Amino acid sequence: MSRAAAAGQLTSAARPPLGRRLRGRGDATLWFWVFVGPFFLGLLIFIYVPILWSIYLSFFEARNTVSPAPDQFVGLGNYRDMLGDPAFVDSLRTFAVFAAFIVPVTFALSLATAVLVARTAVAQAFFRSVFFLPTACSYVVAALIWKMSIFSGVPSGAANSVLALFGAETIPWLSVTNPPWYWLVIISARLWLQVGFYMILFIAGLQRINPTLYEAAAIDGAVGWAAFRSITLPLLRPTSVAVLLLLLINAFQAFDEFFNILSTFAGYPPYARPPLVYLFYTALGQGQDFGHGGAGAVILTGVIALVALAFGRLFRTAD
Amino acid sequence: MAVVSRGPRRVVGGVARYAALALATVLFLIPFYLLVRNAFMTTAEIVSPEWNWAPARWSLTNLQELFADPAVPMARSVLNSVIVSVLQTAGVLVVSAMAGYGLARIPFRWSRLVFGFVTATLLIPASVTFVPSFVLVSTLGWVSSLQGLIVPGLFQALATFLFRQFYLNFPKEIEEAAFLDGLGYWGTFWRVVVPNSLGFGAAIGTITFIGAWNAFLWPLVIAQDSSAWTVQIALSTFLTAQTINLPELFAAALVAILPMLLMFLFLQRWIVEGVERTGIAGD
Repeated sequence: MSRAAAAGQLTSAARPPLGRRLRGRGDATLWFWVFVGPFFLGLLIFIYVPILWSIYLSFFEARNTVSPAPDQFVGLGNYRDMLGDPAFVDSLRTFAVFAAFIVPVTFALSLATAVLVARTAVAQAFFRSVFFLPTACSYVVAALIWKMSIFSGVPSGAANSVLALFGAETIPWLSVTNPPWYWLVIISARLWLQVGFYMILFIAGLQRINPTLYEAAAIDGAVGWAAFRSITLPLLRPTSVAVLLLLLINAFQAFDEFFNILSTFAGYPPYARPPLVYLFYTALGQGQDFGHGGAGAVILTGVIALVALAFGRLFRTAD
Repeated sequence: MAVVSRGPRRVVGGVARYAALALATVLFLIPFYLLVRNAFMTTAEIVSPEWNWAPARWSLTNLQELFADPAVPMARSVLNSVIVSVLQTAGVLVVSAMAGYGLARIPFRWSRLVFGFVTATLLIPASVTFVPSFVLVSTLGWVSSLQGLIVPGLFQALATFLFRQFYLNFPKEIEEAAFLDGLGYWGTFWRVVVPNSLGFGAAIGTITFIGAWNAFLWPLVIAQDSSAWTVQIALSTFLTAQTINLPELFAAALVAILPMLLMFLFLQRWIVEGVERTGIAGD
């Protein structure tokens, strides 16, 4: 005991009291943790712990519990169930269809608006603001406008009113359970919401291109489309690659507009369920199935990481 | 010769460009127009097969009825959204600015390792982890509480990453002068560094605020009780109800986007900068 007390005295003699250690910038290590500690601790508790815990739960039969008994261990059973579930495979197919439309169309439209706006001298700020303004909207608000006003299936809906002008029949947009109408509604909503965001990124990219390049090209006779192909596109490449990757990752995480446009008081329809909608109903639907939910989160994180890595390799090796 | 032929072509090009911009402007503004139109119309006017361009009478009746409707806790939801967005924005700014500064400027042997822990989480899309986060938050007993909505969103690796980048490029001379004046890390950071990074903070802050206000999936998972609903959850519940009161629904949507539209009107410069900074971080 005396030895412990002596040791205690020794350390306190070797290390000055906290107040003095915090004075000035002498004890950098302590100051590092004062600044970084709160964030790092939060990151561990709210990101790392839940992820590791979910990976643990994914090996158990864990319904309505987050601390399953050891005899509920099912090994890779949950993963087998998920991969063998036709609804899960279907959700990946839904993502593929969605991405096949939303990624190229958003890319083309945001690049087109960026080029148009950047070349406009008069009222440039006005046009930029107009295209950027939908970014202020939440997906819920956009879904509401799309579902209840533009693509409302009754004759008073805006799209049907326009169709009536041309003598066309009323289309019950969202009541048709087969494609293509619900895809049109969902994709146009997301387009409106995000074109302005990517336009801003492209405008920033365009501004980094040296204008003397265009002058030099014009002397050689390259203007308009020729200048766009030989100067703009190649020099925009870093921005383009970043935008494509962002579009792909965001399409994979699509949830809000699907949920709000397609679900009714009767619940979500059995079709057009992207991965996160599927995961939502698996983990938090009837009964809380954290075993399968954890396995689903792990599989989906793996899928998106693979897609991002493959994408990065594809474009980096091409450079 | 070339000059002669390019003159008219340039005029035609200019006209076509403005025509395209004008058409796009109309298309982009139509949803806003419909939202405002419906928010001030009666049900009969909205569902009339005959198209009405504007309500017969502009009045605040729909808004009054919305806030008086006992079926939708609209006032409470707006208040919750304000509290969550303000606290989350303030929290993210303080926590991430400090961490970013520490990682950029304070020497520590394992600094790179700590930074590695931060960047590793950048690869995981935030929304995919809603199941694990729900497991933790429900264990803490935070379901249907404001802290359950706020606290898990305070630790944003991207914001910390961006603050670190920003402080790496921060002019060292300013800090050296502060140190010579006898200020430590704490005093230098709060009295010298922070006042000189308000613009960057505004860019990150506006983006964080918009994200928090418009968030849907996490509040949907956590706010199971209507006392913890945010505006987005109230809207969504309203939208998927069995009977829908259209005028109130659109009035609610107007309430939900009004603060965002005001921000875009007055703070657009910072928002644009925030979009550029956060979007291109992937490079």
